[in-house]
Amino acid sequence: MSGFLAVLVVVLIFIVIFQIAKASEYVSILKGEKKAREQSNRINGFLLIAFLVLGLIGVYWCNDLLKGKILGESASEQGEGVDTLIYVTLAITGVVFVITQIALFWFAFKYQEKEGRKAFYFPHNNKLEVIWTVIPAIALTILVAFGLKHWFQLTSEAPKDAAVVEVTGKQFNWIFRYPGKDGALGRRDIKNIDPSAGNELGLDWNDPLNKDDFMPTELHLVVGKPVKLIIGSRDVIHDVGLPHFRMKMDAVPGIPTTMWFTPKYTTKQMKEKTGNPDFTYEISCDQMCGSGHYSMRGVIIVETQEEFDKWVAAQKSTYSLTHADTAAPAAPAGEAKADSTQKTVAANIR
Amino acid sequence: MSNEATLHSQQEVMHGAHDHHDHEHHHEDSFISKYVFSMDHKMIAKQFLITGIVWAIIGAFFSVLFRLQLGFPDATFPWLESILGHWAKGGRITAEAYYALVTMHGTILVFFVLTAGLSGTFSNLLIPLQVGARDMASPFMNCLSYWFFFLASLVMMASLFVQTGPASGGWTMYPPLSALGDASIGSKIGVDLWLTSMALFVVSQLLGGLNYISTLLNMRTKGMAMTKMPLTIWSFFFTAVLGVLSFPVLLSGFILLLMDRHAGTSFYLSDIFIAGKALANEGGSAILYQHLFWFLGHPEVYIIILPAMGMVSEVLAVSSRKPIFGYLAMIGSLFAICILAFLVWAHHMFVTGLNPFLGAFFVLLTLLIAVPSAIKVFNWITTIWKGNINFTPASLFSIGFVSTFISGGLTGIWLGNSSIDIHLHDTMFVIAHFHIVMGVSAFFGMFAGIYHWFPKMYGRFMNNTIGYIHFWVTLVGAYLIFWPMHYEGMAGMPRRYYDVSGWASFKQFGGLNEFITIVVILVFAVQLLFVFNFFYSIFKGRKLTTQNPWKATTLEWTTPIHAGHGNWPGEIPEVYRWAYDYSKDGRDFIPQTEPIGPNESAH
Repeated sequence: MSGFLAVLVVVLIFIVIFQIAKASEYVSILKGEKKAREQSNRINGFLLIAFLVLGLIGVYWCNDLLKGKILGESASEQGEGVDTLIYVTLAITGVVFVITQIALFWFAFKYQEKEGRKAFYFPHNNKLEVIWTVIPAIALTILVAFGLKHWFQLTSEAPKDAAVVEVTGKQFNWIFRYPGKDGALGRRDIKNIDPSAGNELGLDWNDPLNKDDFMPTELHLVVGKPVKLIIGSRDVIHDVGLPHFRMKMDAVPGIPTTMWFTPKYTTKQMKEKTGNPDFTYEISCDQMCGSGHYSMRGVIIVETQEEFDKWVAAQKSTYSLTHADTAAPAAPAGEAKADSTQKTVAANIR
Repeated sequence: MSNEATLHSQQEVMHGAHDHHDHEHHHEDSFISKYVFSMDHKMIAKQFLITGIVWAIIGAFFSVLFRLQLGFPDATFPWLESILGHWAKGGRITAEAYYALVTMHGTILVFFVLTAGLSGTFSNLLIPLQVGARDMASPFMNCLSYWFFFLASLVMMASLFVQTGPASGGWTMYPPLSALGDASIGSKIGVDLWLTSMALFVVSQLLGGLNYISTLLNMRTKGMAMTKMPLTIWSFFFTAVLGVLSFPVLLSGFILLLMDRHAGTSFYLSDIFIAGKALANEGGSAILYQHLFWFLGHPEVYIIILPAMGMVSEVLAVSSRKPIFGYLAMIGSLFAICILAFLVWAHHMFVTGLNPFLGAFFVLLTLLIAVPSAIKVFNWITTIWKGNINFTPASLFSIGFVSTFISGGLTGIWLGNSSIDIHLHDTMFVIAHFHIVMGVSAFFGMFAGIYHWFPKMYGRFMNNTIGYIHFWVTLVGAYLIFWPMHYEGMAGMPRRYYDVSGWASFKQFGGLNEFITIVVILVFAVQLLFVFNFFYSIFKGRKLTTQNPWKATTLEWTTPIHAGHGNWPGEIPEVYRWAYDYSKDGRDFIPQTEPIGPNESAH
């Protein structure tokens, strides 16, 4: 009923606008075309300048209203570079925005049609055109140079001592795998996947490296220590989005990708910094992956080394959880295996 | 050659039909050949436009529906269930329906409205009229071009009504999501219909594009050197070139996808475990599809925006009574954009694991596009400087175009820089960016074109007052919708989220989303007002009394008010000068058909 009424109101408004519009057409004929034209030019000229002024105030006001709702300081060392670049770009584009919008609307207002005004025949001016080709070119060169500097830093090889965690996307959640004590992830194959037996990733149990790998439900990271994520997917394309760390990387089935960063603040510190007791580092899926895309949420807990060690010690390996009946504790991987470990990890990455 | 033939066969008709509207005596003017399978470029233009308008209403209505969900995730709207059935059980759109709506909104607006509806309409209408040709190089191909588009429309429309719903993997249709029916309900028959429709659409685009190119290269009237063409024609030329070179690549990508779906191939599939079993596909690359898609996908955004640029250049010059500033620079920048359009596609793929070294080149080339774009903006602003501007709805929309093109273009500099893109990729920032720069801007260009050339199409004017209301509400509304959306993206809020209330990092934008949705509904209502104005004015608008209502220099205004098939009743006029002699030597305007006088100053 209320929906029907709403439609009725809209239709009525339409009819009123239409009648006014028709009437104004008749009035303009009565008044004479010239007079009507002058009047409409005056009104629209005024509206243009009003739009410019109110628009610029609106831009300022909108920023005032919303700046507190964006993420604040980057929570990773690498993200600081991204933030700097954003500020530099904001400054340059902001200046251009204000100047060009003012010029556009001011000229439109100032040079509106007036009795007796003659337009200035000004087909081209090489000097002007060279100036406004060269200036943007210089500004953009600066931005490209800054941008690429950060880009190569962000995409560089992870430091040797970086922790390694595997993140795998599936419809619709994230699977994390830590390498365990041996520091190496074991082999896996999509064909071994057997969710009913707790083998979500298809780990190959014949590979001794797999015996101590564990798969928690949350991603735990150590503050101040670089971490490298080996990212993959077992069905469609997902994307590991880490807005607080300013990081993002697609999870593509069949093609592992990597990304590394260094968390700057623990979750606890962030709760204090933001004044929000519910603060959580979240992993969002940023690549459309199906009907549950919007709910593909992962949680990251950044903590101190001690807290992390305590947490690791409490973790049970996936092997021991899925092979409870055989009860054979995982044999730690020997030194001899170290070489093949490197190869496996390398194969995971490339 | 065919120009001559058309000329010859049409001349008798035109002599007979000049002043009295007695078309019945000629067999070519039956209802079917005049209004349905017409070969008159002006009628085909109207067909493209009206089909585009119908699609635009549908596509925009879809956005209203999914904005309702995004703005009011907890509310229920019982009337939704009555139109969408089980897709909106209990009055709340399901996630599947939400994604189908988002996907269809994108597909419809990008391809059916802003490609077919925009360049299909105005290339058809203006190329023969402005270069001085009787019709297109091949009127029959032109007719086919529209009817392939119509077929594509029918198939796409049909896909909305199948049991499992239309395609719902996003308008980019990335595999494996789109390749596997088990991955999403929309990837069942919906994707097959989508691919079929798009294949027909590509055929339509190629038939049209080849026709536009050959017409404007071969059939210009005497004296119409390339450098005397209005900028509209230059922009349609580059648009057609982009389309002809890139649509086939898209089609090849689609064919591979179709084979992955039904022929058991593994072009895009590898290492996939879905619906409880591992697939046998191995060695394919999901990223390959993205390369093929964006090789069209990026030129596509210029296919959308270039015609708008051309029309805005023309309208601004006419309404400012000034020549367009830097005509050659305008052509040069169109050319530069056209070339660069082919070299930047991978900037959509910075976070796919692309080789960073390769990425660096795409950063450089992407930001390079800002230079020709900046030249165009400065030239438009200089065109209105010291002019004598008459604010018609067309010129207001042109000014609005420049404003939104600046706003959306500048955020492109953010996203083109790969380091910033890492943070903003696939967030609402991207939505805000491309809606302003190619959604709103392209629509503004299209509206400018419609208001400006409506008298040429129908011999009547559209209602100005409704035009002004349409412009002001749309301009203010567009900024209110998309400006604050940048902030959501800065917070990392991903695009294509059905509901953000479960996220600690994004739920603070609930109130903003409500506000945006309310503005969307208002702006949509005003677009309906425009549609009403359009159709009402076809039949009841104020009649045109002179051939050249805007006092423009170009050739289309030398044709009779109701030009028949063949455009000019007598000889095609000869052209002596460029299209922008406004306010030269103290004269308001000098038509292109006027010979250069002995004492005239050179420009």
